[in-house]
Amino acid sequence: MSVYALTIAGCAAVTAAIKSIGPVVLGGRELPTWFTSVVILLSPALLAALVATQVFAEGDRLALEADTAGVAVGGLVYWRTRSIVACVVIAAAVTAALRAL
Amino acid sequence: MRVGAPFAVAGFILAVSFGILAEEAGFSPVAAVIFSAIVFAGSAQFTAVAIVGAGGGAGAAVAAATLMNSRFLPMSAAVGPSFSGGALKRGLKGQAVVDHSWALSARGDGTFDQALLLGASAIAYCTWISGTAVGVIWGDALGDPDRLGLDAIFPAFFFGLLLNELRSRRARGVAALGTALALVLIPFTPPGVPVLVASLASLVGLTKRARADVRESQEAEGEPR
Repeated sequence: MSVYALTIAGCAAVTAAIKSIGPVVLGGRELPTWFTSVVILLSPALLAALVATQVFAEGDRLALEADTAGVAVGGLVYWRTRSIVACVVIAAAVTAALRAL
Repeated sequence: MRVGAPFAVAGFILAVSFGILAEEAGFSPVAAVIFSAIVFAGSAQFTAVAIVGAGGGAGAAVAAATLMNSRFLPMSAAVGPSFSGGALKRGLKGQAVVDHSWALSARGDGTFDQALLLGASAIAYCTWISGTAVGVIWGDALGDPDRLGLDAIFPAFFFGLLLNELRSRRARGVAALGTALALVLIPFTPPGVPVLVASLASLVGLTKRARADVRESQEAEGEPR
């Protein structure tokens, strides 16, 4: 097999395994309190990390760029208006405007 | 779902840029589309293709993609109990877990809206595959998608969802801890590791006080657990 076919097959197998273990093992069960408690806090932990890695990381270095400012303004808009559509549209517009400068 | 439109656009554009990158790395159009159809994990696919494009082997590409996807381990485990059906069916539904549909479908009480998750992912799946095809076939004719600032859409969306989550002091603390862990690790670890390690911040939920709060709110809802 070529490097391309091997890469695709390997990624497919690993991704399928990672995504199915939890639902197969834990499905259809009552949630113990400790599990619920951790899952509730998984959202802020993961969302914060996704935002941090997407707006502050440029490869393996930390960087402040146009999208950092765009996302910050988008967050401000969301905080004031509670509209997620306004949040993402303004974030993209500010990022594009800064890049056009 | 009013939120669907900017997302479909952003997902499509992201897929187009994946198609362009895959073509440059030497993937054939058919291979690139199959890649998107059977893997359906943007960040991992970008990582793998970048490594192959730089002359790396399949082993290195798959290892990096695995790290990138490792966050789906805690995410899909969290959804697991909310999926209905037998083990095989639940495993298949697990394939639909992607960042934004996972975050959208979280009800905030530890359970997930299965229909919302599957619906949001179904739309994303269609735009992911069609965008890949467009990128790999006509990519050369398209300009730089970053010019439109569309790469800010996903992080802005996650930021908005995050702001919703910050009502309790504990959630704010966990978000701050997750951010700090990710930022500290970015320069030193391969991509994917910072987010996985940051998810450990949720273990704050194991403390006695956090568990007591969960029990209290469950009793307030009158759920016998």
